[in-house]
Amino acid sequence: MSIAAKANALWEYANPKKFLATTERMLPFFWVASAICLVVGLVWGFFFTPDDYKQGSTVKIIYLHVPSALMAINCWLMMLATSLVWLVRRHHVSALAARAAAPIGIVMTLIALVTGAIWGQPMWGTWWEWDPRLTSFLILFLFYLGYMALWEAIEDPDTAADLTSVLCLVGSVFALLSRYAVNFWNQGLHQGASVMRAAAVTGTDTEEKVSNIFFYPLLMCIVGFILLFIALVFYRTGTEIRARRIKALLARERVNA
Amino acid sequence: MMPDLGKYADTVLSAYAASLLLLVALVAFSIWRGRKVRAEMEKVEQRVSRHG
Repeated sequence: MSIAAKANALWEYANPKKFLATTERMLPFFWVASAICLVVGLVWGFFFTPDDYKQGSTVKIIYLHVPSALMAINCWLMMLATSLVWLVRRHHVSALAARAAAPIGIVMTLIALVTGAIWGQPMWGTWWEWDPRLTSFLILFLFYLGYMALWEAIEDPDTAADLTSVLCLVGSVFALLSRYAVNFWNQGLHQGASVMRAAAVTGTDTEEKVSNIFFYPLLMCIVGFILLFIALVFYRTGTEIRARRIKALLARERVNA
Repeated sequence: MMPDLGKYADTVLSAYAASLLLLVALVAFSIWRGRKVRAEMEKVEQRVSRHG
């Protein structure tokens, strides 16, 4: 099959029935795999890794903080991709997928902010600092709130999808800023990337990186969070598709009455 | 079984408790709403098909 044909086959999933049938077959795998990875990663990290020589036992917070922060940013990028598909191709499933992902993203952002604050108190001596990365993350949280509020505030679903898609484009600046703020401003308390950095993974630079003792369980947790995110997006998009069908059926019923 | 978390026990445990609570709430709410919407859709579909 050529690349063009494969790309065209992908659009078949814009059909709600096809999307529901396919995701319902895949969902059990994603639920089970995410549960296994999360339990193994968290138990491994919490019970079977040593304390850090500088941070003590607070290093164990990394198994929740890093994966949730990663998903907070990537969830918005996924919403950006599906919003663009909606704006360009007008596929309802893509707009509904973006809507379904937002509450997941806001919870991930909240976990990253809360665990960061709890860790920061004993390590930095403060719950909060107006540091570039922390501030851009807080703005990302507010963008998630605004995005969800906009969906609820507009009656017509197509208009809501249009406006939320535009908001998503604007918010993407902060999603990227929250990832690269440390590099742009090179100041503040938050350290640079020490896990998901190409040179840290390949060991080709001398910058500080996470030791393998912590890295492997962390990797397991990251995989678990990604699988959980996919499971939740599939499940919640299915819910949004059904909610939209209810609205359409009720509208048809009113017309026929 | 419980590892010795030292003087940061409260910090670590509260971070885990808050995160796991938020994750469980997210999954539970998603499933609760999913089931509610699915049941409602079946009810509406049956009603619509009965009335032609």
